[in-house]
Amino acid sequence: MRPAATEIPMTLVLDRLTRRFADFAALDDVSLQMAPGEFLALLGPSGSGKTTLLRILAGLDYPDGGVVMQGDQDFLAASARERNVGLVFQHYALFRHLTVRENVAFGLRVRPRRRRPSRAQIREQVERLLKRVQLEELGDRYPSQLSGGQRQRVALARALAVEPELLLLDEPFGALDAQVRITLRRWLRELHEELQLTTVFVTHDQEEALELADRIAVMNRGRIEQVGTPQAVYQDPATPFVCEFIGRTNRIPLARHAQGWGAGAWPLMTDPWDGRYRHGVAYVRPEHLTLSVPDGQPAWEARLRHVYLAGSVAHLDLYVGDIDLALEADVASEDLGRLGLQPGAVLRVAPNRLVAFPFDDDHGNRAVIRDRWTWRPPDRR
Amino acid sequence: MSAVRTSRDASPGRRLGHAVIIVLASVFLGVFLLLPLASVFVEAFRQGVHAYLVSLHQPEALAAIRLTLLVAAIAVPLNLVFGIAAAWAMTRFEFRGKAALGALIDLPFSVSPVISGLVYVLLFGAQGWFGPWLAAHGVKIIFAVPGLVLATIFITLPFVARELIPLMQAQGSEEEEAARVLGANGWQMFLRVTLPNIRWALLYGVLLCNARAMGEFGAVSVVSGHIRGLTTTMPLEVEMRYNEYDYVGAFAIASLLALLALLTLAVKTFLEWRYSDEIAAHAPGGH
Repeated sequence: MRPAATEIPMTLVLDRLTRRFADFAALDDVSLQMAPGEFLALLGPSGSGKTTLLRILAGLDYPDGGVVMQGDQDFLAASARERNVGLVFQHYALFRHLTVRENVAFGLRVRPRRRRPSRAQIREQVERLLKRVQLEELGDRYPSQLSGGQRQRVALARALAVEPELLLLDEPFGALDAQVRITLRRWLRELHEELQLTTVFVTHDQEEALELADRIAVMNRGRIEQVGTPQAVYQDPATPFVCEFIGRTNRIPLARHAQGWGAGAWPLMTDPWDGRYRHGVAYVRPEHLTLSVPDGQPAWEARLRHVYLAGSVAHLDLYVGDIDLALEADVASEDLGRLGLQPGAVLRVAPNRLVAFPFDDDHGNRAVIRDRWTWRPPDRR
Repeated sequence: MSAVRTSRDASPGRRLGHAVIIVLASVFLGVFLLLPLASVFVEAFRQGVHAYLVSLHQPEALAAIRLTLLVAAIAVPLNLVFGIAAAWAMTRFEFRGKAALGALIDLPFSVSPVISGLVYVLLFGAQGWFGPWLAAHGVKIIFAVPGLVLATIFITLPFVARELIPLMQAQGSEEEEAARVLGANGWQMFLRVTLPNIRWALLYGVLLCNARAMGEFGAVSVVSGHIRGLTTTMPLEVEMRYNEYDYVGAFAIASLLALLALLTLAVKTFLEWRYSDEIAAHAPGGH
């Protein structure tokens, strides 16, 4: 798999990285691989270690333990300026006293003389980049004279000017308003398809990660909870944290009864854990609830408390009195009338897909991640 | 700083109150600042322009001016370098004893200048800790130019650092990090990113530092020894002439110091007006 020549970009292998700050572990045994040309998202809440990981890759911070290898080379041995990495800061960090053009040219101008392009070449390169980020009109402006979206694009052009092998983006859309954010997101995705540049971006916005990335690494408290394609992370979450952090979900307490597992009037006749556990938790997405279960099949009796119409989708607020549980369900808006969904209606509701974790009773009700269980009804059409 | 602003719905009573306060402040400033300043020039020219020029042309006067410029020319650049280094350390690094360093930088502001001078006498004077050793090696610090320079450096040490620290704190280190990732070495980063960002604050700090370096009396007086033509700076020359009843001579040199103060004030005001956002708000002696 590994290309022989050092000129060809190689897989970046992060192995058991740890980084401790005064009283907490920003990175705790993090291992990850990045394939050339990949678009990887580091997704997690603030304080999950994702920015620390990005700064380590940029050479602005160093781990206390672990290695990063690029082929057979120690990536961490190179200083920030030797790494050939492009970094876009969350707040852009444009040089405020330089014009847009000078900002973009910075990385080329500071090169040692023998590697520095001629003035004409630099000028040409800068113009090409400004065109690429659609700012050729604004080359003589100062950063303070630009909008947030424009600054973001200058920061990107500046990072791309040094022709990096690895592009790092820290919350690239964090400081922008919603409209600009969506436009820039699409534009960045297209740019990536064109350049095929290995890109890592940090975000706390799951929607952004799901839409943009080839793969997502979900981080929590300095650890990687799951790495996978957006589809895998969404459809097949590996841990309770991923279930709760990505997308919306219903958290349903489970208990073992005589014949198997279940919650209230909705029992399952199986025990995937062969009697080893007594309690657990199930996660069910709002779109994975069946709202009109035929009589005779197990289901909860749920009262429809409220309907929130959100464009093409309607969010239903349900309440199951039997087990004192509020549920959220999604249906297509056009199905509202067909299903007779009026507030106050009583529906027969059951999950048609779930992910469950048993609790380790001996250790303070901690979910046992390795005994994850995904369930679908056997007779599903 | 900003003028008293009367709100639109202020009652006549309140407006009267504002007027009283403004008049009081103006009278106070006039009596305690403007009047003494004016008297300096009045006294200097009391016997005409010719007497004024003659008294400035005396060799001792010229020597004092030269010495003052020399001391400032050594002390100010050194404190410029120290100020940048200290501000850099305080805002870019985390280290043990950082708070102590911050407090130490302020020490010259809180210690009486006379004490600052005495400390150097105790260290380097003939009876001081290092006095005999220095004498044996033929090095003279106290009652000589090196002592004046040392005392001046001590007194003016906080100005540049105190001006830069809040600004560099507010600006953060992201631009410098961006420069590093883009391939700049340490020197390029400093010259192309840090320095342009702090240039006006730096100039402001240097200006205040210089004004103090040229005008310092207390500490310098202790280490000088008042040797006419050799170790008297302008403020010391003013005092000596005054004690010798040479009023025109004393006020002539004082007028030069007053002009320096006015020039400093003018440039300082200009910097505050033009680059207020690039100069930290809480400067020593700033507001």
